[in-house]
Amino acid sequence: MSAPPGRARPIRVVLAKPGLDGHDQGAKVVARALLDAGMEVIYTGLRQTPEQVARIALEEDVDVIALSSLAGSHVAFCRRLAPLLAEAGLADRLWIIGGNLPRQDHDDLRALGFAGVFPTGSRLDDITSFIEARVR
Amino acid sequence: MNAPLPEGVAPVVNESGLAVQPLYTADDVESSGGWAMLGRPGEYPFTRGIHPLMYRRQPWTMRQYTGFGDAADTNARFRYLIANGQTGLNVAFDLPTQCGLDSDDPLAEGEVGRVGMAVDSLRDLEVAFDGIDLERITVSLTINGSAAILIAMYLAMAQRRGFDLRTLRGTAQNDILKEFIGRGTWIFPVGPSVRLVGDTIEYCAVHAPKYSPVSVCGYHIRESGANPAQEMAYAFCIACAYADEVLRRGLPIDEFAGRLSFNFNIFGNLFEQVAKFRAGRGLWAQIVRDRYAPRKPSSMWMRMIAGGGGGGLTLEQPELNIVRGAYYALVSALSGAQTMALCCYDEAYTIPSEHAQRISLRTMQLLVEEMGLADTVDPLGGSYYVETLTNQMRAAMARIVAETDAAGGIVALVASGAIQARVSAQAYRRQRDLDAGRLRKVGVNCYRSDDEAPNVEFHPYDEAGAQAQVDRLAALRRTRDGAAVDASLRDVRRAAAGGANVMPAIVAAVNAYATVGEITRALADALGRYREPVRFTE
Repeated sequence: MSAPPGRARPIRVVLAKPGLDGHDQGAKVVARALLDAGMEVIYTGLRQTPEQVARIALEEDVDVIALSSLAGSHVAFCRRLAPLLAEAGLADRLWIIGGNLPRQDHDDLRALGFAGVFPTGSRLDDITSFIEARVR
Repeated sequence: MNAPLPEGVAPVVNESGLAVQPLYTADDVESSGGWAMLGRPGEYPFTRGIHPLMYRRQPWTMRQYTGFGDAADTNARFRYLIANGQTGLNVAFDLPTQCGLDSDDPLAEGEVGRVGMAVDSLRDLEVAFDGIDLERITVSLTINGSAAILIAMYLAMAQRRGFDLRTLRGTAQNDILKEFIGRGTWIFPVGPSVRLVGDTIEYCAVHAPKYSPVSVCGYHIRESGANPAQEMAYAFCIACAYADEVLRRGLPIDEFAGRLSFNFNIFGNLFEQVAKFRAGRGLWAQIVRDRYAPRKPSSMWMRMIAGGGGGGLTLEQPELNIVRGAYYALVSALSGAQTMALCCYDEAYTIPSEHAQRISLRTMQLLVEEMGLADTVDPLGGSYYVETLTNQMRAAMARIVAETDAAGGIVALVASGAIQARVSAQAYRRQRDLDAGRLRKVGVNCYRSDDEAPNVEFHPYDEAGAQAQVDRLAALRRTRDGAAVDASLRDVRRAAAGGANVMPAIVAAVNAYATVGEITRALADALGRYREPVRFTE
């Protein structure tokens, strides 16, 4: 881990698998890309509830809350997670989501506060540079 | 050794790590191991096929993966596919059912009926298969963590409908070890999970001897990052782990090995896949013969379903997935699959539409009716390239099996997370290769058409339908015999805590209309729950 210039510590990311979706290949690939980019990654493993994601994000004092969803329940999950993150005082952190995310859902996800939306097939460098550009 | 490549000819290495030559001759077949493993179809080592006449006797079973909403929705789609000439059913369950949760569980919120059919009790299966002749149409249940319960429900439903369990055919996926590697619908810890698979195999061998209680899946291991040789090798290691579990109980190999089947992936280089399947049939026959000394030839058969290849499909230019699917069906037919479930062009987006399902079904039908794929057994047999590659793939797979056994065996390597770490590291390298254009993917990193909006019809999530499922479950809990349910769950807990086979107790519980969630909790009380090891180093 290395701290980027001007930062006291490396960028910390919680990477969560929301709901019951078991497709974790993509989440693990992204976790490796973030690690290779010098970030600290707390990977939650499968089957996280919104409450669990918010709690881990708070306890770990992360800069980025990242979700990976491939089974279609992303909007419903984010609708429950967003107020919990806000209540926990994490509205100023970067929220991003990747996975099987149909184009017509992207605006909903952004409106809920997920600034980065990375559908399947996104390039890994695009994800890491998006984070690096926004976390200071 | 192969001659050096001519000046200016770039080397080609397949995904399994084998160098591909510009030309193959009889010398290559000889130097790769010769013709000894070829044999005749229907005879050991079955490289050319498990039956003498293969599709000339009967084309592969066509069995699209289907299920969504509630049992009535799914029953309607089943009837549609059967009316269109489908010859089997392959049931998709929603995630709560797959994870052993009832539809009213807080963790099931937003997931009921979303990616498959919601099942809480035997009543749902009764509705799902209403009016379907289970002798003519064989049914495959894509269920793993809660497979013991769903198999019990299926057998109970069939028996109530008057079908004879002695002759009932069908398949359950029920391969829990691969769920720990990829797909993730595990519930119980690794050891008890393997025991449950053993219980189902043992129970079916006695009570439903034509039923295939396990379909070992290389498929999802490949999706998680394994190369084609690893896909087959790990699947064989897993199949042996289940066989060993059952043999420990004293059941002879010939009582169950013939009912083990496999599910493999199809995406990637065409010749590598065909060689993979041909090589796999020979290697599996060899493994079963050498380790278990069966008397029945059918105990050595690598029976398989193939035709799915989600990892090969693209979000970009989804119509190209129709073309990819046609090649996948071709590969599957050239490889002697017993059953095909062909992926659908829209599945990178959504649950396949009726239209997409029909295109996949028609793709398989036209291979039989128009293209001559059912006319001749193993049509690529004898090709210098395919035979050389088959020999090389078999050797590569055998090496991986030996390495896995030497490193402590597949069960230990899955429990420690070592296999998961290896395949996910490979998936990462593959994604880097795709991003850098070293691995070419049409529509993704070459030949892009960014201006086109995809023409895909999205499957809507039926929130009212999910609520209706929850309401029906509440009504069931009110009207069933609660004391009988409680007693049956106590029996499940007791059987699971003891060493006996849990299946008779589960069958009794489903017949009392105990639910998937209730039976799962009773089992978990005794068996515990799995905790995922997460590691990023091998």
